[in-house]
Amino acid sequence: MSASTQITYREACRQGLRDALLNDPKTFLMGEDIGRYGGCYAVTKGLLDEFGEERVRDTPLSESAYVGAGIGAALVGMRPIVEIMTVNFSLLALDQIINNAATIPHMSGGQFAVPLVIRIATGGGRRVAAQHSHSLEGWYAHIPGLRILAPAVLEDARFMLAAALADPNPVLIFEHVMLYNIEGELDPAVTSVDIAHAKVRRQGTDVTVIAYGNGLFKALTAADTMATEGIEAEVIDLRVLRPLDTATLLASVAKTRRCVIVDEGWRSGSLAAEIGMRIAEQAFFDLDAPLRRVCGREVPMPYAAHLEDAALPQPADIAAAARGLVRPA
Amino acid sequence: MSARVHLDHDHVRHLLRQMIRIRHFESKCVELYQAQKILGFLHLYDGEEAVSVGVMEALGPQDAVVATYREHGQAIARGIGMDVLMAEMLGKQEGCCHGRGGSMHIFDRKTRFYGGNAIVAGGLPLAIGVALGDKMQGRKTVTACFFGDGAVDEGEFHESMNLAALWRLPVLFVCENNLYAMGMALERAEAQTDIVSKAAAYRMPGVVVDGMDVVAVEGAARNAVEQIRIGGGPQFLECRTYRFRAHSMFDAQLYRTKEEIETWRKKGPIVRFQGWLVTNGLIREDEVHRIEAEAEAEIENAVAFAEAGTLEPVEELEKFVTMEEVPA
Repeated sequence: MSASTQITYREACRQGLRDALLNDPKTFLMGEDIGRYGGCYAVTKGLLDEFGEERVRDTPLSESAYVGAGIGAALVGMRPIVEIMTVNFSLLALDQIINNAATIPHMSGGQFAVPLVIRIATGGGRRVAAQHSHSLEGWYAHIPGLRILAPAVLEDARFMLAAALADPNPVLIFEHVMLYNIEGELDPAVTSVDIAHAKVRRQGTDVTVIAYGNGLFKALTAADTMATEGIEAEVIDLRVLRPLDTATLLASVAKTRRCVIVDEGWRSGSLAAEIGMRIAEQAFFDLDAPLRRVCGREVPMPYAAHLEDAALPQPADIAAAARGLVRPA
Repeated sequence: MSARVHLDHDHVRHLLRQMIRIRHFESKCVELYQAQKILGFLHLYDGEEAVSVGVMEALGPQDAVVATYREHGQAIARGIGMDVLMAEMLGKQEGCCHGRGGSMHIFDRKTRFYGGNAIVAGGLPLAIGVALGDKMQGRKTVTACFFGDGAVDEGEFHESMNLAALWRLPVLFVCENNLYAMGMALERAEAQTDIVSKAAAYRMPGVVVDGMDVVAVEGAARNAVEQIRIGGGPQFLECRTYRFRAHSMFDAQLYRTKEEIETWRKKGPIVRFQGWLVTNGLIREDEVHRIEAEAEAEIENAVAFAEAGTLEPVEELEKFVTMEEVPA
């Protein structure tokens, strides 16, 4: 393994953005502090110098105006890539995302498409409390007209953007803040990824664990622990939160006959609830055990480290839930 | 009256005709609403016709329009056919939006008409983006963005005004100040009721114009559009106008007096312009009657087209929720 193939998730995102700017003159970036500052999470560092202010646009703190501007520019032929610092701030642009981006194609009778990409940092774990740490991507996955992506692995961080730009519809990419520093080797053979399917990241026979984003790595850690106990978990990286790739989930459940769903979002009305219900509707007779969820605790995210850890799904919680299905007490 | 507007016979006849077409079209809409053929909300432009007619005269086919949910006037003045408009109102698949938008959500690709936006102030960020996208692609266009006085209450108004001025985007902001945001009087909603002064806060040139005077509106719009075209950045136009009818179709109008409405009716854009033209010999009574008859005929044809229209099969309900490709 040569050092040159080592790459961080952050750098993978940056290379994806750079490719987009190089490959299509109609793409441009827009967001708060993406230019001179280099990006809140340093993802866009260096791009202003390379591409200039016209294509790497620092915006005022006006989420609604610049997200709406992205929608308008997309309507007239551009391919904007808008960055929102953190998912809690996206609420200030909710009107534009839901009332315009998601509705205009249908509401206009197909006269207009909104080929817009919005990148949003999401998730907890950085001790930044209740206004910077939530996981609202499941909420966005409720909205028809949007495609919702959650890249967890490096290949997805690197190549999901290109696929998103090729989609004529608005695509929201949720990058979990705990992943930016993850480092690994990017397989040089991979030059593109799909944005339609969930992927099995670990084969197993005893229980299916469905996760996405940072939850994927917690699920894989849990699976390693369980393996030492003789339980083989199959871990699925959901990747695409809308539209859901139900077929991949059902195929795994048909094999393992047990399922745990991991979701950093709050349990009530969660994406995990939707996934669980689909399995209940379509694979009820494949199941040998009840469905289980490991979700975020229903509190605004606290600051104190021990409380935040307790509020988030942890590998031990996932392993306990899965173990309970395979070896009930 | 602005010297910039050439008040030759053809032009004044055209202005009057446009306003009459809008007024009569909407009268028919009321009938069809009462007959329960048009459903949902129906926000009439009655009294405000001079604003859309005047502003559209300053735009060319390359320009773009973003409007509100009270947009029948803009749609007709922009040149969207009454046939596809009426079919849309009747929920037919021959409608401009396949019956998916209705009265509040008129979109039309041919005339660059980007809604029909029924979230107050929600169209402003969109207009910024249309102007930005056009500018980045080297198109020399102006985006006219219509909104009411209620939009001024919203954060999106201020965010968009700032961004447009900061980036010097080619946007004509047209505030249709009809004094009421639904039932909320301007002076009950705004600490500063002089709306045009808000443009100054963003260093954006702005003027106030009598929105009941079509020629004044056209003159002001032409001036503003010319400034935008020579690179003067966004411009602001506050058109002081009045809505003669209810906010939508169900409205007891407890928030204003009958006398107030009657006073404004006397200043109505059609009655006033038509009277002035006739008095000054710029148009004859019989010409006015002919314009009215032509409008009626056009509307009858539109209604016939809409009535004969078909209902989209329910199987296609989810069509266009996601697009297969970006329309060329």
